[in-house]
Amino acid sequence: MKVKQLLLGDEAVALGAINAGITGVYAYPGTPSTEITEYIQGSETAREAGIHSTWCTNEKTAMETALGVSYVGQRALVCMKHVGLNVAADAFVNSAITGVNGGVIVVVADDPSMHSSQNEQDSRFYGKFAFIPILEPSDQQEAYDMMEYGFRLSEENNIPVMMRLTTRMAHSRAVVEVATKPIPRREKLTFPKDPSSWILLPANARRKYPQVISGYEELERISASKEGWNRYLDAPDKSLGVIACGIAYNYLRENVVMNYKHPILKISQYPAPSDLIRKMASECDSILVIEEGQPLLEEMIKGILPTPVKVLGRLSGALPRMGELNPNSVRAALGLPAHETNLPSSVVVPRPPALCQGCGHRDVYTALNEVLTDYPGHKVFSDIGCYTLGALPPFRTISSCIDMGSSITVARGAADAGLWPSIAVIGDSTFTHSGITSLLDAANVNANIVVVISDNLTTGMTGGQDSAGTGKLEAICAAVGVDPAHIRTVIPLPKNMPEITRIIREEIEYKGLSVIIPRRECIQTAKRHAKKRKQ
Amino acid sequence: MKKDIILAGVGGQGILSIAAVIGEAALKEGFNIKQAEVHGMSQRGGDVQSNLRISSNPIASDLIPKGCADIIISLEPMEALRYLPWLSKEGWIVTNTTPFINIPNYPQIESLMEELRKIKNTILVDVDTIARDVGNPRGANIVLLGACSHLLGMESQKFEEGIRRIFSDKGEEVVEANLKAFRAGQGASV
Repeated sequence: MKVKQLLLGDEAVALGAINAGITGVYAYPGTPSTEITEYIQGSETAREAGIHSTWCTNEKTAMETALGVSYVGQRALVCMKHVGLNVAADAFVNSAITGVNGGVIVVVADDPSMHSSQNEQDSRFYGKFAFIPILEPSDQQEAYDMMEYGFRLSEENNIPVMMRLTTRMAHSRAVVEVATKPIPRREKLTFPKDPSSWILLPANARRKYPQVISGYEELERISASKEGWNRYLDAPDKSLGVIACGIAYNYLRENVVMNYKHPILKISQYPAPSDLIRKMASECDSILVIEEGQPLLEEMIKGILPTPVKVLGRLSGALPRMGELNPNSVRAALGLPAHETNLPSSVVVPRPPALCQGCGHRDVYTALNEVLTDYPGHKVFSDIGCYTLGALPPFRTISSCIDMGSSITVARGAADAGLWPSIAVIGDSTFTHSGITSLLDAANVNANIVVVISDNLTTGMTGGQDSAGTGKLEAICAAVGVDPAHIRTVIPLPKNMPEITRIIREEIEYKGLSVIIPRRECIQTAKRHAKKRKQ
Repeated sequence: MKKDIILAGVGGQGILSIAAVIGEAALKEGFNIKQAEVHGMSQRGGDVQSNLRISSNPIASDLIPKGCADIIISLEPMEALRYLPWLSKEGWIVTNTTPFINIPNYPQIESLMEELRKIKNTILVDVDTIARDVGNPRGANIVLLGACSHLLGMESQKFEEGIRRIFSDKGEEVVEANLKAFRAGQGASV
């Protein structure tokens, strides 16, 4: 039986995975992918089926855990934002060589226009690079339907499957028709038919690699066939052919009628169907490639030698080189006149995000700023999280934010080169995600840095998910070799300012590695917890 | 029937609850819906918007094209103006008049009102005061929904049913308070 539900793209993916009988979802929170795991955590059906859904420490541990589930013949879902795939890349790329036993889908949510991210890398490059097939839904219904299809594709072709979402796909709601009953979760353990392919000794990997390459040709045949998700919609006017990938197809449809005069190739599955692209090129005078993110397909089609057909897209200037697509930019690329609009109002000013009033990170930056006026040679290196907003007024405290965990290692490198005081500010969740190894490096050389782990007991920026190190931070720091006398805990509140600034001063003056842990619950989660207690 | 709606405000003001009630009403009517939301960093006190599209025909884009929005519903006067290029020439702005000032360079409220009055179809509502007057200061968003409900192409009964369903798990008291807020908003303007 089927029912209709209003679902976010992320929720459609989650429900599709539950209904495909997964054993677990493995993920670290990251916008715009977070709601997939949250939906499964809140689902009654998932609870009854015993689906594992606890947050992982980072994307790499998530990917590897999914491979463990796959090894014993069951299905697993992995979710992350695009930059999370950089963290999981080692396991991801090698998983193409081990292959899968139970199906694995890796959902990667890209963030073109960097609404909540530090770059706009296009995950499709990773799929191509690793010889892993990609599904790219154009609407929420496809996102749902592709889960069951994706697990079958994964199992039949002995390879993990990537699903690429982008921000609008992940965070937009639509009515989706869904099954009311899931496929039961597999209970039995079955082991890989070719166990040596999971032991990536050079000899085994060399044997397996040609199979991965030939398997990719078979995956292309599937993507071009009727069973795949790519569609060629022929039309009489061959002066132009349009290729639209994933959500870009919606922006095309917004602007053209259902029986459009030019041929359209809708791409929602990769490897890209070369034969269908060649067919379009042989019949049309020019090709417009509309793709969200980076110009992967346009670059592939264009190459570096002259082409007989004109190729238009982000590289040619028909569409903006960077940033998210929208119905307006696609309309212009199609050569259609813009809709009549009002001019922007000159009174409106930007309203950038800011740390919440009452947030503990505010008190941490207030204290640091007060102390550091006495140390003009200082630098504060920070990390990924709400506290990155310490770069903006009124604080302007931090000098860097690069990737998860980098605050500690960058501070240590700068100290090696002679910077003093060299200070790192990192959140509790980011610390356990990728900062523990950085701290171990610093401890092994007793680096002369102060590491501030601003502990709000949650993963705040993504909406307050559980943080892997809660209750364990002092023990972790001591265990990697920080002198317990220089692991200091404070409560970041305005009334404690004298104590906090005194401790910061002491630890700056100490010639060696120190850790200061300001600890106070995130005010957003605190409000939520108070409300829950009241009910 | 086609309504392209931009909901605007500042992170935390509750535009998604308005969207949820309208979406619920539209779903019951059997209309197609697409609703693009903002999650993540911008929610921290920054400007937020949601594109809500309702239509009896299939909807392609999750985003409303520029110049095509039928209505901008805003919980904050400056945020209403931010999306002017998306409003159609015949479109409506329905906005709260109480500013949310969390930036040092917030414009003079008078200049904002002047800009808003230049728009052909504008309804200005002091939703904060109305919400306080009906004893539900946290229901300002639902007051605003009441104020624009006649422009949304569905009977007000449908929105009341939507409110009942959306708030039902919070108890009858919350449902009644929000129904009161909704009714107080109907026909209101300054």
